Amino acid sequence: MAITPQPIELTPAGQSRTAGGGGKLHVERDSPFTLAIFLGPAFILLLVFLIYPVLYTLRLSLDRGLGGNFTRLVGLDNYVSLLNQPSFVQAIVNNVLWIVFYTGFVIFLGLIIAVVAMRVRYEAIIKAIVFIPMAIAATALAVIWGFVYSTDPNIGLLNALLGAVNIGPISWLGDTTFVNWALIAVGIWGSTGFATVILSAALKSIPAEILEAARTDGANELQIFWRILVPMVSLPISVLAVTLIVNVIKLFDIPYVMTHGGPGTSSRVIAFEMYIQGFQSGQFGRAAAVAVVMLLILIPVMVFNIRRFRSSAVV
Amino acid sequence: MSTDAIATQAAPRASEDTLSARIVRGLNRTPIHIAMVIVGVIWLAPTIGLLITSFRPRTDIQATGWWETLSTLRFTLDNYAQVIGAQSMGRAFLNSVIISVPSTLLPLAVCSLAAYAFAWLRFRFRDTLFLIVVALMMVPVQLGFIPLLQLFKPFGLTQGYVAVWLAHTAFALPFGIFLLRNFFITLPRDLIEAARIDGASVLGIFRTIVVPLSVPAIAAYGIFQFLWVWNDLLMSLIFVQTNANYPMTIQVTTLLGTYGTEWNLLAAAAFLLMAVPLAVFFSLQRYFVQGLLAGSVK
Repeated sequence: MAITPQPIELTPAGQSRTAGGGGKLHVERDSPFTLAIFLGPAFILLLVFLIYPVLYTLRLSLDRGLGGNFTRLVGLDNYVSLLNQPSFVQAIVNNVLWIVFYTGFVIFLGLIIAVVAMRVRYEAIIKAIVFIPMAIAATALAVIWGFVYSTDPNIGLLNALLGAVNIGPISWLGDTTFVNWALIAVGIWGSTGFATVILSAALKSIPAEILEAARTDGANELQIFWRILVPMVSLPISVLAVTLIVNVIKLFDIPYVMTHGGPGTSSRVIAFEMYIQGFQSGQFGRAAAVAVVMLLILIPVMVFNIRRFRSSAVV
Repeated sequence: MSTDAIATQAAPRASEDTLSARIVRGLNRTPIHIAMVIVGVIWLAPTIGLLITSFRPRTDIQATGWWETLSTLRFTLDNYAQVIGAQSMGRAFLNSVIISVPSTLLPLAVCSLAAYAFAWLRFRFRDTLFLIVVALMMVPVQLGFIPLLQLFKPFGLTQGYVAVWLAHTAFALPFGIFLLRNFFITLPRDLIEAARIDGASVLGIFRTIVVPLSVPAIAAYGIFQFLWVWNDLLMSLIFVQTNANYPMTIQVTTLLGTYGTEWNLLAAAAFLLMAVPLAVFFSLQRYFVQGLLAGSVK
């Protein structure tokens, strides 16, 4: 499962301060012509294909939005009707499940695997194996996990194993009790390698003397893990958590491909709900409202990131 | 748990290095090896299952699980022939290339230019504008769908590939500019100042100094962007509206919907979709990992 890295600065604060153009020292400015060459393409693309669409969608979310056009201003009606729709509420609840369990397990498993793998010689191989799913499209993950979840005991490994002890077969994707957990497990499997690689890099930057000192003082491995390793990688962990949460809020393809939000609406997530409202039900006003809700959820994360970014890089 | 934790590779001290000490250490480490083998199996088995299945005859797949393959070892390329031909995966593969290559090169060019300006050019509101670009990173693509379709449709851009190229490019810019600017800014200041004093033009400095020195960062970002687009499903669902232009992600999804139980076809199709990213992963692993890590850890 692909993950977009997020704007997070871990470089020591001093580094960016000493480098860079440092406009204040040099009064002389670059010519408008030079600026146009370097910034022109980016600014045009951002204005036309990003900033204008955001403003349009904000306005559309307050409109009936027939055919995606501004047809009649309806105030907050779209938002109110969303709250009255069980499928939307379900999508929000499912996204919360994803945020808590996907993020939690990815970080937990990533940390455990990183710590344990450091003690073996084949560390690089283990990390590569766990990392491979990061390269694979969610669409292919869906097929791969079909070979785990299928109710056909000749296809689905899980039901084959359960069948061996006379349980099942269980319809992991067709049963509302299991479906969200089954999808979240796919997500965790897909992203753990990302956490492993990041946390492994962070763990390796911990000076060996600290660990040796702790051992000399008689600390056991569990104490070292909880009292030294975890606190010392708490910054990368929070960075990772933010990245994973942002990605879960935007999550679309695992539920779309594996269950199409089903059975019924039981495995819908918010990005999927936006797609259905707009491109299957033709309710573009409501779809715009869902997109705005996504943005509103993402804003606190954005503020969090920009604050960190400001304090560490721009000054 | 073993007493030697983090610095496994460190040379054992002479006093500990007796045979019995080694055996004791080895035994202590057994649980670690078992844990790592379990991790390896969990993360490898599903993918291997898919790969094996893609080479098995249809009748065998229906009769036995892939994990029993050792007893019924028969391999065939029929599944691949069928998905490439009859299920038009060949065409979809080509479409994925046509969509991914411009959607990678365009952001690379635009982001490098803008990132250089934010790192080294001098102009008013530079840092404010840069913060705005960083803020745009959080805008989900969903906010672009409806207005961009309205914008593209009158020009028929969704009939071809232009709509999906432009949408991918625009939404890639904030992150790409951010990433490359943070790399460019670490280049030695003296080098760029010296070139300026020698009378090199800004464009000349960019082309002959900044870009060559930044190949690792640009490559890492390029690989990341390429895989992102290659694996993307949602943008193509919205912005590619001609069936003949569908990339592999859409075709595999369609196959899953219509032939949900034809596991031989699904496995072969999914493996074709994975082949390019896996090839990139194994041949350019360093850049690949760097690309993914760039945004989060240094």
